[in-house]
Amino acid sequence: MINKVVKNAKEALQGVEDSMTFMLGGFGLCGIPENCISELVELGTKDLTCISNNAGVDDFGLGLLLKKRQIKKMISSYVGENDEFERQMLSGELDVELIPQGTLAERCRATGAGIPAFYTPAGYGTEVAEGKETREFNGKMYVLEHAFNPEFAMVKAWKGDTSGNLIFKGTARNFNPMMAMAGKITIAEVEELVEVGELDPNQIHTPGIFVQRIFQGTNYEKRIEQKTVTPKS
Amino acid sequence: MGLSKQQIAQRIAQELQHNWYVNLGIGIPTLVANYVPKNIDVEFQSENGLLGMGPFPIEGEEDADLINAGKQTVTILKGGSLFDSALSFAMIRGQHVQLTVLGAMEVAQNGDIANWKIPGKLVKGMGGAMDLVASAENIIVAMMHTNKAGESKILKSCSLPLTGVNCVKKVVTNLAVLEIKNNAFYLIERAPGVSVEEIKAATEGDLIIEGEIPEMKFE
Repeated sequence: MINKVVKNAKEALQGVEDSMTFMLGGFGLCGIPENCISELVELGTKDLTCISNNAGVDDFGLGLLLKKRQIKKMISSYVGENDEFERQMLSGELDVELIPQGTLAERCRATGAGIPAFYTPAGYGTEVAEGKETREFNGKMYVLEHAFNPEFAMVKAWKGDTSGNLIFKGTARNFNPMMAMAGKITIAEVEELVEVGELDPNQIHTPGIFVQRIFQGTNYEKRIEQKTVTPKS
Repeated sequence: MGLSKQQIAQRIAQELQHNWYVNLGIGIPTLVANYVPKNIDVEFQSENGLLGMGPFPIEGEEDADLINAGKQTVTILKGGSLFDSALSFAMIRGQHVQLTVLGAMEVAQNGDIANWKIPGKLVKGMGGAMDLVASAENIIVAMMHTNKAGESKILKSCSLPLTGVNCVKKVVTNLAVLEIKNNAFYLIERAPGVSVEEIKAATEGDLIIEGEIPEMKFE
């Protein structure tokens, strides 16, 4: 089997340069590539375009890159709960493209699936559709949306093997599988890296063909954004 | 005046039908899950990748890898399933979800909804709302009838950037249940103790009142 293993985030991010476009998996702080983000902060790479559903919180996730002004443009669907993000956006320091969440997911999927563009009903008649081609199918209006072109995709999985096969856990799956498909170079960081043959092929979510580099992450914080519980009765 | 947020959710729960898959937005809509009638089965879809969403976990059992679209820790019920975001929105755009309940800043009498942006002030993003309203056959908006300044949110036309066009069918507020058809709001029910005159005064859009308007009933 093809071996994709690299030592750590530092080695995984070789070739990363200023002004590149990255996809980063995760929904809120759930399933984000924590090790890759920390390494990007360390590297100080600048003028990045980041495609990620959210922008982290002020002191975690992509918020760490925002704070250091490493991001030039964010492409996201929802950016609440981050004051620094809102400040940079409203002051014009940060370029922001907000797109519907399903459109974001499908654009990521299309990127990896060889589909240059597709029609979706989301956003028709709103400012999201401004300047875009629209077309009627069966009496309903649709908007033409295009695939992305990211240099790197950084995803986080629960388990992975040395060949790059990935299994996600719970709702930490979210955007990770589509983004894994989309990177020219896809980096997968995993909580547990195992030898080939240890994962049941029936259970694999992302086949290794989509992954170029894989490493076992360290010190996962897995922060909870909104802890909501039922009191013990 | 009128209903509490819990009561708005309780009234919306009366709209649920047996064997429906339902997507609940953030805020008041999330509370609807607390009032599902006992004699019916519904499954809740959370667009971040979860079907069969259950209640909040028992203290100490919360899992960072199991959250809802509002980023709150949740549980998954027996028979639930997990999936990626593309599949999740395939369920939504493909109309496999029977009902969407979401909040709004403004609703217009042609069914337009605005809930994602106040230019120059508040920009949170649309999240999954644009996909949901563009595709759902059945959309109920849950919101307060007026904003904090006392201005009507039930309008002739929306002033804020739109989330979707001609899509809202029903609105449940703290004052009333309204149906949207024929480019107008039809008053269907009043909140207990709220008069038709009070609803009229709080409604900027065209309000159609046909016959005696009953009060909402709660068990």
